[in-house]
Amino acid sequence: MPEENASRPSPTERGLPYWEQPLPEDKEQAEQENKARKGNLLLDMRAPADVNRYMMDPMRRQSRRFWVLCVILAGGVFMWWSAWLYQAINGLGVTGLGRPVMWAVYIVNFVYLIGIGHAGTFISAALRVLKFEWRRPISRAAETVTVFALSMAAMYPLIHLGRVWKFYWLLPYPNQRQLWPSYHSPLLWDLTAILTYFSCSILFAYVSLIPDIAMMRDHTTGRWQAFYRIFALGWRGTEKEWAHHETTQNVFSYGIIPVMFSVHTIVSWDFAMTIQAGWHSTIFGPYFVVGALFSGTGAVIIALIILRQTMNLKFFLRPEHFNGMAMLMLVLSLTWDYFYFNDYLAPWFGQAPVDKTLYQLFQHGAYAPFWYTMLICNALIPALTLWSKKIRTSLPALFIVAVLVQVGMYLERVIIVPLTLARNELPFSWGVYTLQAPETIITIGTLCFLILAYIIFTRVFPIIPLWEVYEGQALHGLRKVGRYLLHLKSAE
Amino acid sequence: MALPVHKWTMIIDLDKCTGCGACVVACHAENNVPVQTEREITRLRAMHWIRIERYWAGAYPGVQARFLPVQCQQCGNAPCEPVCPVWATNHSPTENLNLQTYNRCVGTRYCQNNDPYKVRFFNFFDPTFEDSLTNQLNPDVTVRCAGVMEKCTFCVQRIRRAEEDALAQGGALKDGDVIPACVQTCPPGALVFGDLNDPYSQVAAMLKEQDQRSFRLLENLGTDPAIYYLKGGPSHA
Repeated sequence: MPEENASRPSPTERGLPYWEQPLPEDKEQAEQENKARKGNLLLDMRAPADVNRYMMDPMRRQSRRFWVLCVILAGGVFMWWSAWLYQAINGLGVTGLGRPVMWAVYIVNFVYLIGIGHAGTFISAALRVLKFEWRRPISRAAETVTVFALSMAAMYPLIHLGRVWKFYWLLPYPNQRQLWPSYHSPLLWDLTAILTYFSCSILFAYVSLIPDIAMMRDHTTGRWQAFYRIFALGWRGTEKEWAHHETTQNVFSYGIIPVMFSVHTIVSWDFAMTIQAGWHSTIFGPYFVVGALFSGTGAVIIALIILRQTMNLKFFLRPEHFNGMAMLMLVLSLTWDYFYFNDYLAPWFGQAPVDKTLYQLFQHGAYAPFWYTMLICNALIPALTLWSKKIRTSLPALFIVAVLVQVGMYLERVIIVPLTLARNELPFSWGVYTLQAPETIITIGTLCFLILAYIIFTRVFPIIPLWEVYEGQALHGLRKVGRYLLHLKSAE
Repeated sequence: MALPVHKWTMIIDLDKCTGCGACVVACHAENNVPVQTEREITRLRAMHWIRIERYWAGAYPGVQARFLPVQCQQCGNAPCEPVCPVWATNHSPTENLNLQTYNRCVGTRYCQNNDPYKVRFFNFFDPTFEDSLTNQLNPDVTVRCAGVMEKCTFCVQRIRRAEEDALAQGGALKDGDVIPACVQTCPPGALVFGDLNDPYSQVAAMLKEQDQRSFRLLENLGTDPAIYYLKGGPSHA
């Protein structure tokens, strides 16, 4: 008995009765609380000043490496514009296009970038509507991917035009000649859908940005403050403003989801509406949408991993988020497998001569390297790796898987566009497409622009929606009931 | 005055075709089709509004050549037409022609993708003609610039001229008034052109007579081509 109480000061020693002494430290509970905080950002409440600092410190100071990267990327963008000018002056003959293959890398890039542009909306709008709480810190990174990927995707139909200086003939504008574009053409549907989606995405991203811009305004001085003041639109954070903000976000979230589905469906109709073998497929709509979400999720994972490492966002981006994103990618991979199987089976069963030719090329012909790589990257690797939580939460492993998914999805579009076009009904008109330098430079240049715009954006605007994190943290909380830790979630 | 409704039709008798290529040359001369360099042709940019497709049938030593002249089939239900976003290619229901408006084309090349016959040609570069050839360009036909699509028009300029001549003389268009360049040139007379709506025209008579031999290219696609082929027997080429 006396030994047991040896460490505890006796009440008589301190001169206080024991019920007035502070409670002894409960190590077990502290450990539990630590674990809960570590495992869930929304339970890890810190002082707002600290959290703001976590976000703003990496935005304020840039290393030399950052500026060197910017210069290199700007060089890439300059090369893109030069190559485009060269192509516009000389004609599309500088590309590798030929008679059966009239669409190639430019359209591949277009479809790929539009696909990347789907993830942002899906993650921030659909997951918001479905109340996935872990999407809170990653929604803006995804929306930003959407906006910049879409703006680059919108370049490609122009780059690929034979007479780009006449591009405005595609727009329905009143003119003296009373000419109007033909709404029979899927290209016009495409143009309409993409412009709608692009403007909606910008507005959606901007609305969610306003409270954070206001935060930046309040934490900066001088010219930067003037800059943020313009974009903050006089946000003060009153209750009424928040209520309006919430309503706007909800309206946008519900409204933009059908637009998102329509966009890639219509992109798929560019192919599905034709009578080209391998394109004329009724399942192309949902198949393309799933493929877009799949590659887009992968792209957002890549962006998040790079952001976390380079901007030191370890507080915001935690294993739980990568775990959630990786699970999403796995589900989308399996859905993609299902749709691809459907798309593949019907022509295989039909054994029409053209389809047979194409399938022979896929299975053991010249297209086999592309085809098998696509299947391995899109189906096999995610299915083998992403079941394991260890891999889902290990950043290097997840990064590699996400990059491979990009490779696979890019190859999928390569197979659909130039490789499929090379075979048609009349064997006399078969041909092989070869990539040429201007196409490569333009592809790399637009990618440079995408990355450059993205990294500059992350340094000017908070890439983590802080208000969303605060809101989430306010809705969730840890309560101590005796020695029991309770995870609370208030109804929204 | 209501315009007469024509159904311009061509018959290609594969039994008579020798694969000489005279129609190709005539078409180049008539329609200002640029002659591509060897390098461009190896890069799939060959440009012939009408081409002779040569297929080999049988195995050595009994191998035989089959010739198939292919040009724009002037489909009644053309897949290339609805996909154009700017109406550069559209249908003339009164003539059953696929019209191509060169100066409206912006070069999306969608029509070529959706064309199962692959008979549309894109100007990858501005056309170049050697000096002597520049002097003999046909003034009735536009020289197309880089970035636009072009294709066989059934020599629409000749159709227009024949119509105007007939109008000036006060008579109607007679069978044989319109002869496209390829038909005019064909040495064995394998190509026949005329109005299928005219029951007394040569094409109408031939189709009725040669019904057993006639087929249309890729008819299963539902494109309703205006070019009828007459099946050929074994050739000795």
